[in-house]
Amino acid sequence: MRDFKPEDVVGDYKEAVLDLYGGLRRVVFYTDLETPYPDGKLIVSTTDTNGIITHGNKAFVEMSGYTLDELIGSPHSILRHPDMPAVAFKDLWDTVNKGLHWQGIVKNLRKDGGYYWVKATVIPNIRQGKVVSYTSVRRKPSHTKVEECTALYASLK
Amino acid sequence: MTYQFTVSPDFSPDHLSGWYIFNTWLQKQTGEGIHLEMYNSFQDQGAAIQNDGVDLIYANPFDAAMLVRDKGFCPLTKPVGVADEALIAVSADSAIYDVADLSLGTKIAMTDDPDVRMMGMMLLEPGDLSANNTQIVHCNAYILVAKQLLQGHADVGVFLAEAYDDLSGMIKSKLRVLVRSEISVIHHALMVGPKLAHRKEELQALLVAMAADDKGRDVLKNLGFQAWATVDHEDMEFMIDLMDALAV
Repeated sequence: MRDFKPEDVVGDYKEAVLDLYGGLRRVVFYTDLETPYPDGKLIVSTTDTNGIITHGNKAFVEMSGYTLDELIGSPHSILRHPDMPAVAFKDLWDTVNKGLHWQGIVKNLRKDGGYYWVKATVIPNIRQGKVVSYTSVRRKPSHTKVEECTALYASLK
Repeated sequence: MTYQFTVSPDFSPDHLSGWYIFNTWLQKQTGEGIHLEMYNSFQDQGAAIQNDGVDLIYANPFDAAMLVRDKGFCPLTKPVGVADEALIAVSADSAIYDVADLSLGTKIAMTDDPDVRMMGMMLLEPGDLSANNTQIVHCNAYILVAKQLLQGHADVGVFLAEAYDDLSGMIKSKLRVLVRSEISVIHHALMVGPKLAHRKEELQALLVAMAADDKGRDVLKNLGFQAWATVDHEDMEFMIDLMDALAV
């Protein structure tokens, strides 16, 4: 997964270095520009058991700012925003690795440095008793939940 | 042996005769005795499924997980270009223009159509509304959901988008849509139970070929469909996973 390029970013930006799941490091640029979650839509993506994206729908492409070709084959952490605490993703992986559903409010990073908030549900896809992949379904979160999580995540950084 | 066929109780009343015509077509094509039983409620249909009294079903997506995982059903086909979508509407003179402006205790008119209820509650989440902090006004049909809004007995109504679109122009002129789902991948499907599973591939081929001849097209037209498309097992599993994710 490549680092951010200044020419991809829209507006004034800050820089951060992310330590990602699996020992990956990434330099990202991020701005204060929010893309509102579109009413009525679901963002759906699937990863393999290592968190590598294998499928994404049109809303996933539109909201992330990446092309489908850029997303497929990338770790799902391509969307990791520096404001998200690592503990949230540890909880996600700990939960789904037990075969359970995980749900949380997540701030995602767009390719252009902007962000969007989602209510995410991650479920293990179980076939013949075995986890073969994970599906993440994102929907529009409430303002209240976003405000709560903004404060919570800042305290966990 | 006579096999038992049923249709999800949320079928459009306009298509009731269409399902009987379809059943006659199915019997002629397969040479099997197939009895069509239309249940009035999801509860009655659920009881028949639990008692292994259903062999073929045009199933609501909400029931797909139970049918596949508990009852050994396999998907056959889905209607081409038809997806289940929900919408939230208010009376045209309502002061509410955004779901986020709704308050706790909101009165929600809805039917017992399970996938539409689920999608409708999802559409209301941005207003911090859930089944625990709202009042549900139960209705037996979508026209009654509209009536509850028009009479001021409910603040918002949850509709199957197709049912809302089919309301008369006069009624729709007195309502306003707040939000409409654009999910695209939740759909009803024709599914076959274990007793008929040995004819699955043959049934799929017959159904997919329906649109290729005049008689088949007439039967489809009576159902409001253009054609059937095959649903494979993984397609169905994916939809079940999606429904699981939305149910929490």
